[in-house]
Amino acid sequence: MMGARAARRIRKRRRSGLAFGAVAGIATAFGLLTLALLIGAVVIEGAAAFDLQFLRSFTSRFPERAGVRAGLAGTIWVSAITAASAFPVGVAAAIWLEEYAPDTWWSRLVQTNIQNLAGVPSIVYGVLGLALFVRAMGAGRSVLAGGLTLGLLVLPIIVISSREALRAVPDSLREAAYALGATHGQVVFRQVVPAAFPGILTGTILALARAAGEAAPLILVGAVGFIAFTPTGLGDPFTVLPLQIFDWVRNPQPEYRQLAAAASLVLLIVLFVLNATAILLRNRWELRR
Amino acid sequence: MATIHPIPAGDVPALQTEQLSVYYGSNPALRGIDLTVPRNRVVALIGPSGCGKSTLLRCFNRMNELIPEARVEGTVRFNGEDLYGERVDPVNVRRRIGMVFQRPNPFPRSIFDNVAFGPRINGNTTGLAQTVERALRQAALWDEVRDRLNESAYDLSVGQQQRLCIARTLAVRPEIVLMDEPASALDPIATQRIEELIYELKEDYSILIVTHSLQQAARVSDYTAFLYHGELVEYGPTDLIFTNPVEERTEAYVTGRFG
Ligand SMILES: Nc1ncnc2c1ncn2[C@@H]1O[C@H](COP(=O)(O)OP(=O)(O)O)[C@@H](O)[C@H]1O
Ligand SMILES: [Mg+2]
Repeated sequence: MMGARAARRIRKRRRSGLAFGAVAGIATAFGLLTLALLIGAVVIEGAAAFDLQFLRSFTSRFPERAGVRAGLAGTIWVSAITAASAFPVGVAAAIWLEEYAPDTWWSRLVQTNIQNLAGVPSIVYGVLGLALFVRAMGAGRSVLAGGLTLGLLVLPIIVISSREALRAVPDSLREAAYALGATHGQVVFRQVVPAAFPGILTGTILALARAAGEAAPLILVGAVGFIAFTPTGLGDPFTVLPLQIFDWVRNPQPEYRQLAAAASLVLLIVLFVLNATAILLRNRWELRR
Repeated sequence: MATIHPIPAGDVPALQTEQLSVYYGSNPALRGIDLTVPRNRVVALIGPSGCGKSTLLRCFNRMNELIPEARVEGTVRFNGEDLYGERVDPVNVRRRIGMVFQRPNPFPRSIFDNVAFGPRINGNTTGLAQTVERALRQAALWDEVRDRLNESAYDLSVGQQQRLCIARTLAVRPEIVLMDEPASALDPIATQRIEELIYELKEDYSILIVTHSLQQAARVSDYTAFLYHGELVEYGPTDLIFTNPVEERTEAYVTGRFG
């Protein structure tokens, strides 16, 4: 039988549970509302300028003719180079750290440093990219230098999220493979990595989405706001959407503000497509196994 | 001192330990175990939890080596050969001595791929479909899954998953099967199926099974070893251990007075 005191205590707990739920709900609503306002403002302001013409045209001194073609193409180029350079290196590093590295003071040092690198401001990567790729490597102010710079920027994030995905693979799976006579390499590459792959992919794409929104490091490696052609090779100059937005916002003519909103809309769509791809790939992969 | 009842002549030793001790760091988990597992027999390991049953089992397929702080001392022989000899590859040991775990742990793949994994990593892919079918039949699962081999193993019931794990182990064609409380996560009906299976597998394999269920040990095993606090207390034919044990602690345990 439940005493009166116990019943009171349970009522009290239920009340505080409700209160906490309410606070959490309000906090969530606040976040969602801010997001909705932001996207709403961008859509309302940008929709008027957003059409096929806007996607197909280069920027121009005449706002009614200006478009986002160079920025969109540049963003796609840079993202592709970023992915192609950072994904293999980051995943390989994560596999080594998680599945191979002995637990010594120096592997712990490497791990701590990767954590720290993920927190380094992006402008610092711009400085590094300028010294390393633009100057030392001689890539110049090119889309290659831009992509590699952002590759460096997302590398620690990819390593960390891939390691988390690998660590989330239950040990029971590793044990099962070992017990069947699998070698360490077979355990890692035939079971652990495939099982972790959806998580690795998701982490990578989210990191890429972050890189697609960067402007500062690309200014340092020489991306320009006013450009009237799209890259056709790795050595070509480029601009990206965030820089295009920045360039237009700075312009005193009020029409350019509308263009900036429309370009923001394009950037949001690019990010949305990236995130949707992440979810899609993950679901496809999970169905297959 | 342990009481080791003689094993009848005619039973050929498959696995033997001599003064086997295991430490986790500086904590001894097993001390001076002398145990012989005869071929084509079922040997049950019983004892209160934490007494070292799983640790002992893992000595036979060298899985303890995957635990960095574990250290094994003494000798383990497999058909007379030192399992821990310098030139013995643990990967080979695990191909000849299979293991089924306490919780069913199928791979997140199709039923077929689960069973095929062992043969594939061994490079035995000729007649893979037959190998898979044979293993599934041996594990008494074939009739339930023959039409859904490409479905995910996670769609099976827990009892079916455990039989899938047994099939996966058998597909490698081991000589010995180690089972660590294989039915502890299963309902009574699934448990009964596993027990029937063990009875059939005895024809072809030596089986070493850890169980916390005394009834199960009595039902399925030919020999029973009682471990307590990392020591082998008594070992002999199952009916003897259950009806007429020599050691007081064994008697107390099998009559349910502690544990
Ligand atoms: N990975 C491990 N690290 C440290 N100690 C362990 C580990 N595994 C088991 N032990 C210890 O070894 C003893 C025996 O454990 P175990 O073999 O799992 O017993 P049982 O299977 O009989 O329950 C226990 O005291 C347990 O705490
Ligand atoms: Mg155990």
